[in-house]
Amino acid sequence: MQEVMKKRAKELLASGEVTRVIGWKKNEFDYDITPAVFETAEAIDRDFVYDDFCGPNLSKFTFQHQKNDTKTLVFLKPCDTYSMTQMVTEHRVNRDALYIIGIPCFGKIDIEKIKADGMTGILSVTSEGADVKVHTLYGDKTYVKIDVMAERCLACKSKYHTIYDELIGEEGEVMETDRFDQVKELEAMTPDQRFEFWRGELSRCIRCNACRNACPACTCESCVFDNPESGIAQKAAADSFEENMFHIIRAFHVAGRCTDCGECSRVCPQHIPLHLLNRKFISDINGYYGEYQAGEEVGQRAPLVNFTKEDVEPDVVAKGGK
Amino acid sequence: MSMNEFKPKIVAFCCNWCSYAGADLAGTNRLNYPADVKIIRVPCSCRVNPMFILRAFQRGADGVILCGCHPGDCHYTTGNYYARRRMTMLFSMLDYLGIEKERTRVEWVSAAEGAKFAAVMNDFVKTVTELGENKRLEDLRCKK
Amino acid sequence: MQKIGVFVCHCGTNIAGTVDVKAVAEALGKEPGVVFSTEYQYMCSEAGQNLIKDAIKNYGLTGIVVCSCSPRMHEATFRKTAAAAGLNSYMVEIANIREQCSWIHKDVKVATEKAIVLGRTAIAKVALNTPLTASETPVVKRALVIGGGIAGIQTALDIADAGYEVDLVEKEPTIGGKMAQIDKTFPTLDCAACILTPKMVDCAQNEKIHIYAYSEVESVKGFVGNFNVTIKKKARFVDETKCTGCGICTEKCPMKKTPNLFNLGLDNRSAIYIPFAQAIPKIATIDADYCNMLKNGKCGVCSKVCAAGAIDYKQQDQYIEQQYGAIVVATGFNPIKLDNYSEFAYNESPDVVTSLELERLMNAAGPNGGTLLRPSDKTHPHTIVFVQCVGSRDTTDCGKPYCSKICCMYTAKHAMLIRDKYPDTEVYVFYMDVRTPGKNFDEFYRRAVEDYGVHYIKGMVGKVMPQPDGKLLVRGSDLLTDEQLKIEADMVVLAAAIEPDKTARPLATMLTASMDTNDFFTEAHPKLRPVESPTAGIFLSGVCQGPKDIPETVAQASAAAAKVIGLLAKPALKSNPCTAHSDENLCNGCSSCERVCPYGAISYVDKEFRMPDRTTKVRRVASVNPAVCQGCGACTVACPSGAMDLSGFSNKQIMAEVDAICR
Repeated sequence: MQEVMKKRAKELLASGEVTRVIGWKKNEFDYDITPAVFETAEAIDRDFVYDDFCGPNLSKFTFQHQKNDTKTLVFLKPCDTYSMTQMVTEHRVNRDALYIIGIPCFGKIDIEKIKADGMTGILSVTSEGADVKVHTLYGDKTYVKIDVMAERCLACKSKYHTIYDELIGEEGEVMETDRFDQVKELEAMTPDQRFEFWRGELSRCIRCNACRNACPACTCESCVFDNPESGIAQKAAADSFEENMFHIIRAFHVAGRCTDCGECSRVCPQHIPLHLLNRKFISDINGYYGEYQAGEEVGQRAPLVNFTKEDVEPDVVAKGGK
Repeated sequence: MSMNEFKPKIVAFCCNWCSYAGADLAGTNRLNYPADVKIIRVPCSCRVNPMFILRAFQRGADGVILCGCHPGDCHYTTGNYYARRRMTMLFSMLDYLGIEKERTRVEWVSAAEGAKFAAVMNDFVKTVTELGENKRLEDLRCKK
Repeated sequence: MQKIGVFVCHCGTNIAGTVDVKAVAEALGKEPGVVFSTEYQYMCSEAGQNLIKDAIKNYGLTGIVVCSCSPRMHEATFRKTAAAAGLNSYMVEIANIREQCSWIHKDVKVATEKAIVLGRTAIAKVALNTPLTASETPVVKRALVIGGGIAGIQTALDIADAGYEVDLVEKEPTIGGKMAQIDKTFPTLDCAACILTPKMVDCAQNEKIHIYAYSEVESVKGFVGNFNVTIKKKARFVDETKCTGCGICTEKCPMKKTPNLFNLGLDNRSAIYIPFAQAIPKIATIDADYCNMLKNGKCGVCSKVCAAGAIDYKQQDQYIEQQYGAIVVATGFNPIKLDNYSEFAYNESPDVVTSLELERLMNAAGPNGGTLLRPSDKTHPHTIVFVQCVGSRDTTDCGKPYCSKICCMYTAKHAMLIRDKYPDTEVYVFYMDVRTPGKNFDEFYRRAVEDYGVHYIKGMVGKVMPQPDGKLLVRGSDLLTDEQLKIEADMVVLAAAIEPDKTARPLATMLTASMDTNDFFTEAHPKLRPVESPTAGIFLSGVCQGPKDIPETVAQASAAAAKVIGLLAKPALKSNPCTAHSDENLCNGCSSCERVCPYGAISYVDKEFRMPDRTTKVRRVASVNPAVCQGCGACTVACPSGAMDLSGFSNKQIMAEVDAICR
């Protein structure tokens, strides 16, 4: 797959169809993959990679590095295309300046799961089919891929691309998932238990803004939390409620726009399950206003800028929900 | 502080056209409700940003209630429909975080419903008083 | 730093009876920014207002807080007071310490404490107020009336009488509408044409009125005071400037088998036609569906006989653009289609007719020259059954849930006219209820029953069965005697429900005017603003707003005209300055705000921004039209970046109020 992508990228560069390529680049470690812009065939030959560690959602990176005066090729995994479609709906990217190639994804590996298993001194990780081989200073170990797959991939919502100019590989389908199981578990707890759970999680927040920076729905020109005029801007998590406020408002601002790509939780250095906030909103929206998947098609009307006269009343919450 | 002495802080957002007028009517008819309720006038329930409600809790409010025109009667035709969705989502999230769901409420009160306004406020204050002080959502730093 | 003045009103004992006003004034005097604080017996009195004015001047106040009754009562008063003293009127905030404090609390200590909190909340807000100025937009001194029935005619005449230009758009070749098709009017029984046609002539002769007949509104842009409307003038294939209305063409036209729509298809006319003798404008129109020349290029008789040379087979639709200050909707109604009511055999027998068809059958200019004859065999009917509420007050999906309002009266009229002219004809009326509110209406109905011997039967007709001998067997029930009835009738007349004209719905979309579920236009307030649409500058006249008879329609038409005149008389429109505005540096251009705006006040522009690295970047940003924005604030919450804010109720102001309450 990686070689097909490289070949196609070089073709498009050579033909002048595009002048830049956005893809993934390998760094010091195999599992340390970052998004990158490639402008030459040499750079592609040297650094371009597509493997089971290419988790980063390139849509946000594309937004940050977009150029209007030239065409950029961007490779998008199925779940990245949802984010891209949502950005196009919100006029946040110039679709005409992009050449999108949809590529398949078979689930990404979470290195933290391998590290959590006690693996240290990791030299390289190779993944072939269902086997994941880890070579360390102290020896090798083979995992079954599903055991070290990222949580978000275990609950994959779709192998289908919602936006592209061409596809490489087979087009998949929208999938039935049990991604709301954790939300349901939390909903089943008592309020006291939930409060303890979230206080435990959110109090670890260091307000590094990694979630916000990675989130493809957080593309504001200026974030309300950075704008002293907004009245809610805060510098640090000095108190119990500051981080609650940040995360509630962030979740609210992306409610109905979040495609559930899971980048927020992936990048959180404190391993706070932030996606459970967004999934709660998605689950509520589905339950109260009908099934809705952000980023499914361009021009969708997000549920929070929409209504029906028959919508449920807010006291549905006090009455115990859906 | 014993429960008997506890006086909750209640912020009530009222839309200018229906609920604020309903509150005025409650006054005109001398219908009593606790002084703990302080009203903020907004043009429409759809003007109320969830940030305002979180801010109130952060600053030590014990309950926040939003009152607007009945759905279908909005002065701006559709404002309260949006407010209804936003508040449903916000309340659900607060509940999900373990914050007592009785501390937030939405009520539709028309300009003619002075008695309803007073009844709603009496009931809300009673509920919040029974819950006691809002500890979960208060930012201690702001309580000088 | 603001210099704030606080004015605590006693309101006699209304406030001072339960609130220690001196303590309130004293406490609020210590709030940050407050340089002057006092109390007075009646702040709204002249002396009270002078006290405020003097303080503004003497202390150089930049903002004032009046602790008094509800702002709904005296906010406007104190704003004027401030303006009179040279302070921007939006630098005034009211703390409602009467309705929301002194009147609901009995304990002086509790009420005083609350009054202080309410006062300091208002102070916190006014400290963040900014002077606002109402924007002014000029008013185009011209009105558009859509629909040329009696409603549109009356509105146009009244507006023109006040000296303003009016354009009257009518989709049919002539104005006159439904009233032109009616024979006699209740409760006076005078002939409709005799009272309508002079008004039509008045319209044609009025220099201020321009009639666009056979025309439709194509698009509407703009807003109150300045609408930009495109009118489509449909091709008549006759040059209006040349046609004299002599009618030779209609006589000579060989296509005589064209259904006469003015007579509801009860007889035929020629393919080139003038709808009726008194049509305004009296210009021939070619029905393109039937004209042989237009269909096959063969004929051309009308062109040969027209001495004026007015026939133009190549005429195209014309588009006219015009600016208007106000638009009046007068699109009227139609009887519903009766396809859902097969039990009445309307589609089976020509002798089952609607009430509007009966009007034509009885009219001197109708298909039978005014003699009432059965459509099937042109014989004199001896028994006629009227069925009321056909499709009205019907809560099944077949008909309309509302009362059509006019049927009880016109049925009484029909029954009476028939009994008067043909005393040998028996008339039965099946009704659910007879509803006759209105001046001289009940008397009229009683005359039908008592003086004219019309048989009123409370009950519904179950079935109408055409018989082989041409009779109609009517089966119904009499609810009062609890009997099943069978009547052998010669004719059955159905009082079909009325519904808004089909053109109303697309028009409402163009106008961004709201409609109810029955497609009647919604009024701005059902009681207090019955002739205005909630969309500024759009007014409602006649049945487009709800079922009405002629006197009510004319009254509403004149009321709408008065509202239009009031608008056009203004040199400029002052808009509420508490409108939304977007900070383009923060705006994402994501369209969330546009989607929740009920007024279409938000549009987007591509704007060039200088970036820190000296490059420029073009971004899509929102822009609010303050003349259209009504200040609800829906957009401010939909905006994720906080770019959208509302003047007079800004994010910071509301949060300052929250803080002041929770302090």
